[in-house]
Amino acid sequence: MKLFKRHNNVLPGFGITLGFTIFYLSVIVLIPLSALVFRTMGLTWGEFISTVTAPRVMASYKVTFGAALIAALINAVFGVLVAWVLVRYKFPGRKIVDALVDLPFALPTAVAGITLATIYSSNGWVGRYLEPLGIKIAFTPLGITLAMTFIGLPFVVRTVQPVIEEIEVELEEAAVCLGANRWQTLTRVIFPMLFPSILTGFALSFARGVGEYGSIIFIAGNMPMVSEITPLLIITKLEQFDYRGATAIACVMLLISFLMLLVVNLLQKWSRRYAD
Amino acid sequence: MTTPKIKLCAAEKHYSSPQGEDVIALAPVNLEIAKGEFVCLVGPSGCGKTTLINLMAGFEKTTAGTVTIDGRPVKGTDPDHIMIFQDYGLYPWRTVLGNVLFALEAKGLKKKEAVEKATEYIELVGLTKFTESFPHQLSGGMKQRVAIARALAVEPSVLFLDEPFGALDAFTRMYLQDELLRLWQEKRPTVVFVTHDLEEAVYLGGRVVLMAPGPGRVQKVIDIRLPWPRERTGDSLGKYRRELFEEFHLVHQQASGEAEYVI
Repeated sequence: MKLFKRHNNVLPGFGITLGFTIFYLSVIVLIPLSALVFRTMGLTWGEFISTVTAPRVMASYKVTFGAALIAALINAVFGVLVAWVLVRYKFPGRKIVDALVDLPFALPTAVAGITLATIYSSNGWVGRYLEPLGIKIAFTPLGITLAMTFIGLPFVVRTVQPVIEEIEVELEEAAVCLGANRWQTLTRVIFPMLFPSILTGFALSFARGVGEYGSIIFIAGNMPMVSEITPLLIITKLEQFDYRGATAIACVMLLISFLMLLVVNLLQKWSRRYAD
Repeated sequence: MTTPKIKLCAAEKHYSSPQGEDVIALAPVNLEIAKGEFVCLVGPSGCGKTTLINLMAGFEKTTAGTVTIDGRPVKGTDPDHIMIFQDYGLYPWRTVLGNVLFALEAKGLKKKEAVEKATEYIELVGLTKFTESFPHQLSGGMKQRVAIARALAVEPSVLFLDEPFGALDAFTRMYLQDELLRLWQEKRPTVVFVTHDLEEAVYLGGRVVLMAPGPGRVQKVIDIRLPWPRERTGDSLGKYRRELFEEFHLVHQQASGEAEYVI
């Protein structure tokens, strides 16, 4: 495609709109982020490395990104299932269930955190029955994963749901008619149609999990090396007036998040390659 | 006529409307279709032609009466009886080859064998050059040829077509009509072809089943005793066309008071 192809667009010319886009992105996204990087510059390279690779920090990356990844994977499976049920079945109370999906989204994160901690702590409603079985949720990485799963669910459901609604029934009918069984129809017809949206939902859920703070700190227990998430570590550093250390860790998080989202976006592009 | 390929005995279909009323989509129909026959179902909207073909293809179940193919009652879809839709039903993420392969894979054919067969049928519909193209890169007519190749590759004994050329322009439509006739004469499946186009029905069908709305029913069955290929503007075809149009005019008059539709 030519770069300066002329179109009769509703919005005024390419020059103005591109200019505005760059300006807007700069003010909202790029300038704050560059300030972050700039602040980190106060550290020497050696200090930077030793700050961001300290054992406690490394452990927190593992907990944060690991838990967010697992939570996003869980959501990618069960979120799709929820979306499917909401679209394909009519049952009493469907509207209520549909509204419930958004709750983790709308709830103040602190409320979510307290609720989860109350339920899953060793004397909570659910926690007290799991404790004798040797399953501890509150104050472990499991609790962090649970909280991230909770807050990430709407992202998968809400990105996949409209795609399921749009599926042309004829494509399914054609598959059945051509002799595909249910499993083949699911894996070869339904799944390829949903895959790009599942990826998007996965990426959003993952990003939300990595960035989440409020709902996690209550249930995480925040034990260094075990259940301490990176955002909490940043806050701890800030409270100790170690601004440079905090921004250094923030920079690493930024970089990892950006790389992971880039990979997901490339994957998504690849999954839609047929439409180019 | 020997034992019919498809047989409908007083097959009827009712729906219940959202208000709970019983709506007759198709009044009892008796129809026999012989093996290798080309039958066109034609009529205005609401005449039950799509319901009728869906009953035969196994997408819907009769409310009363029976539909049998090869003497066996139709209980559901069957890869031996394939339906081709107006919207092609192609998978946008699969190439032309991938689309034709779909049913062969579902059938459990070995990869090499499946590819050979798919390639053969893609050649049959004249799309060899586009084997690796994706559906969105093809024109409507080409897409429908892929759908036909995909259906034929399974070597079904019955081919159901539900207004397959309805979305195409007049020239492409005429071209594909001839293509369909050529493929039919080569492979000789039994063809049931639904259309709302009287011209198309007369040109293609060995028999034309004219249907009428309110309630959906068979109005008249006309035998077109002409060999293929037929001359579109020929006098002999003209005679049948007149007969069909006159009959249709009656249907139209009856229906104009009851149903709302556009021809």
